[in-house]
Amino acid sequence: MTITVQIPTALRRHTAGIDRITCTAANLTEMLSTLDHKFPDLKPHLRDEAGQLRRFLNVYVNEEDIRFLGGYSYVFQEGDEVLLVPSIAGGK
Amino acid sequence: MTFTTNYELRCRDCGKGWGNQPKSICEDCFSPLEVSYDYDALRAAFSRDKIAQGPPSMWRYSALLPLPPDYNPVLPAGFTPLLRASRLGNQWGASHLFLKNDAVCVPTLSFKDRVVAVALAQARAFGFDTVACSSTGNLANSVAAQAARNGFKSWIFIPGDLEPAKIIGTQVFGAKLVRIAGSYDQVNRLCSQIADERHWGFVNVNLRPYYAEGSKTVGFEIAEQLGWRLPDNVVVPMAGGSLITKIKKAFTELIELNLVEPKPVKFFGAQATGCSPISAAVKCGNSEIDPQKPSTIARSLAIGNPADGHYAIQAIGKSGGWAEDVSDPEIVDSIQLLAQTEGIFTETAGGVTVGCARKLYRQDRILPEETTVLCITGNGLKTTDVLFGKYAEENAIPPKLAEFNRYMEAGEDSLAQTRGEVAETVEV
Repeated sequence: MTITVQIPTALRRHTAGIDRITCTAANLTEMLSTLDHKFPDLKPHLRDEAGQLRRFLNVYVNEEDIRFLGGYSYVFQEGDEVLLVPSIAGGK
Repeated sequence: MTFTTNYELRCRDCGKGWGNQPKSICEDCFSPLEVSYDYDALRAAFSRDKIAQGPPSMWRYSALLPLPPDYNPVLPAGFTPLLRASRLGNQWGASHLFLKNDAVCVPTLSFKDRVVAVALAQARAFGFDTVACSSTGNLANSVAAQAARNGFKSWIFIPGDLEPAKIIGTQVFGAKLVRIAGSYDQVNRLCSQIADERHWGFVNVNLRPYYAEGSKTVGFEIAEQLGWRLPDNVVVPMAGGSLITKIKKAFTELIELNLVEPKPVKFFGAQATGCSPISAAVKCGNSEIDPQKPSTIARSLAIGNPADGHYAIQAIGKSGGWAEDVSDPEIVDSIQLLAQTEGIFTETAGGVTVGCARKLYRQDRILPEETTVLCITGNGLKTTDVLFGKYAEENAIPPKLAEFNRYMEAGEDSLAQTRGEVAETVEV
């Protein structure tokens, strides 16, 4: 499926300033692999040491949190708009 | 901007320092930034005597807040009463129960006045002329009021279903209010995107690390008002989960600065069952949040994807505390119970705290003789809608003594009945 991924400002220094890309991906895992491939500098900022999506990075599909859609098992639909949004915490 | 301070932003996870700027996430690892202090430098500046000489407001703790040098506060926020709750305690068999009453915090009757005061101090220093927030209501009121007082323009983003009192209580200050057709979590996500594009001081987005530090003053005050000692337990309502972590940070700092004797404090979190992602995680032993779609009358706590949830779970777990949640009817009962026993009218969030505390005493997680503080964070006048229909409508009587005596005779029966009803619902 062809989807659009929006890159937040905080990550654009790792994407040479690119703020959105269109790519083909069936699910979240494939989308992350595509981003890894296109922007190698971005990878450590998206994934932790274990390769998992970082805890404070939220993924939305057409304004809905992907965890409500099934998370990694969600199958992208043609034209899905994906947002990467940092979760703003401040506690300790 | 450069200024000499005893604090700077630091990444919680990778430890990288970011100086002082309107930024809330580490661009290297995406983790939250937090204000860290040079405690060695502060030890001389922060003593019980110096605090006692300070003003009767949260500004008596200025040395432990991230404020611009020579900051001159324009509002006496904080330093709310810590009240012994003997009558409420009697209901539960608790002998050392206290209420931290932020229902009377100024200027807008919730603990949010503390965090906004710190955020706006930094907003000025960073050169913003417009401040903004996403809010479940109390923050909206406080940003709007303090923006007016400080001469900022303000933009406030709220979920569409907020209580009327909280909407009017924002608009009256001249704030630009934007209602969003969606939940708080959706409002919050939108605000992250807006903050990315506009040069505004979003108190809970790009100013969040500074803002969150204001919550520490609740902890400082509890310790000082207990005679410079720490309680055994605190019960704290949780929405985003920040307050409970910041009260913990406050106690840790007081120990670090030798202002109180070290002592373990148990942290108990309170949520509404209709929005309980943090208490659900604590009860299941999970370290991560499973987000929820909120459905509760406690709208000020209706955050289904709490940003600080992970840290709140850690703070509770490491302290040996627990988390509980209560249903909407229990929230209303608890609002009435607190009002009838202690004369404090709290909003739904306070009902959540009181209701959860009642459960925690019943479960023996809190013991009767332990010093326990309940954090009452908001005022009931903002959520009167939840009490609609709870009391009989009174018909006006003629202004004659005989009429009043007749009214008394007729009313005694029904009055007794009403009392019996209330006692039954709140009995423990």
